[in-house]
Amino acid sequence: MKLLSYLFSGIIFGVGLIVGGMTQPGKIVGFLDFFGNWDPSLIFVMGGAISVHALGYRLMTKQPQPVFAPRFQVPTRRDIDPRLVLGSAIFGAGWGLAGYCPGPALTSLATLRSEAAVFVLAMAAGMLLVTLMEKKPKELAEKRDRAPCCSEETRLPGAPEAL
Amino acid sequence: MENFTPIPSLIGGALIGISATLLLLLHGRVAGISGILYNFLTPSTSSQERSWRALFLAGLLGVGAVWFAIQPAAFDSSISRSLPIVAIAGLLVGVGTRLGSGCTSGHGVCGMSRLAPRSMIATLTFTITGALSVLLAGGAS
Repeated sequence: MKLLSYLFSGIIFGVGLIVGGMTQPGKIVGFLDFFGNWDPSLIFVMGGAISVHALGYRLMTKQPQPVFAPRFQVPTRRDIDPRLVLGSAIFGAGWGLAGYCPGPALTSLATLRSEAAVFVLAMAAGMLLVTLMEKKPKELAEKRDRAPCCSEETRLPGAPEAL
Repeated sequence: MENFTPIPSLIGGALIGISATLLLLLHGRVAGISGILYNFLTPSTSSQERSWRALFLAGLLGVGAVWFAIQPAAFDSSISRSLPIVAIAGLLVGVGTRLGSGCTSGHGVCGMSRLAPRSMIATLTFTITGALSVLLAGGAS
């Protein structure tokens, strides 16, 4: 029952995206095309989702814990940092370019159309790329801390990494 | 505005809200698709944490397969974008959602429902750059 509810949530989400027209990239681009032939449908999708989920959130605040889990895991950060704004700006640029955001792209993957497949592969690569880029400076810093005498710059070419 | 579909879009949105609410009230989780996908993909996720995401994603993809078999027009793209452009777009969405900690579902639906300030800024930002992107790409044609 617990596991089935995850599957069920995914199905309902997918049906919502399809019925709402979100799996048609033309409707996304049409919404973002404020100065052209504007299609306000996406506002209704967001409005419908937010009105229902805002009620759900109110219900949550009255419950001590979720039905199947020990606690609610909801983000609590409130600070606006450059990373949030820069990341959202980059996401928006890609969203407008192809007319896909992550949910509709995944639901469209099942059509096996090349656009959806290429988009999802590139999106997954982009997500993992961030982890890779963030891991590298951290690892280098750790290496430096372990051997303060031999930083990358002072080591002779061909010298062993650590003595 | 001849493509405007207020009623189906409102119903679709309500269904997305119901799904997000189920995930929250049953499991205490936020229905952010980019986060669910990333945590499913990343090797550092434990098998238990991965399995629920796998099930949710299976539902999301499975319904696409079934619906496509019945009504392929639901996935029609009236815009034409070359595959290299689509690849760049995907890369931007992947990098952007990780840096910005969310996408249209996590920030736009879940965060906005909680009136979270970070999500409001994120939603405003990606709507603006999305519109700029469409403007530069030459509109919805």
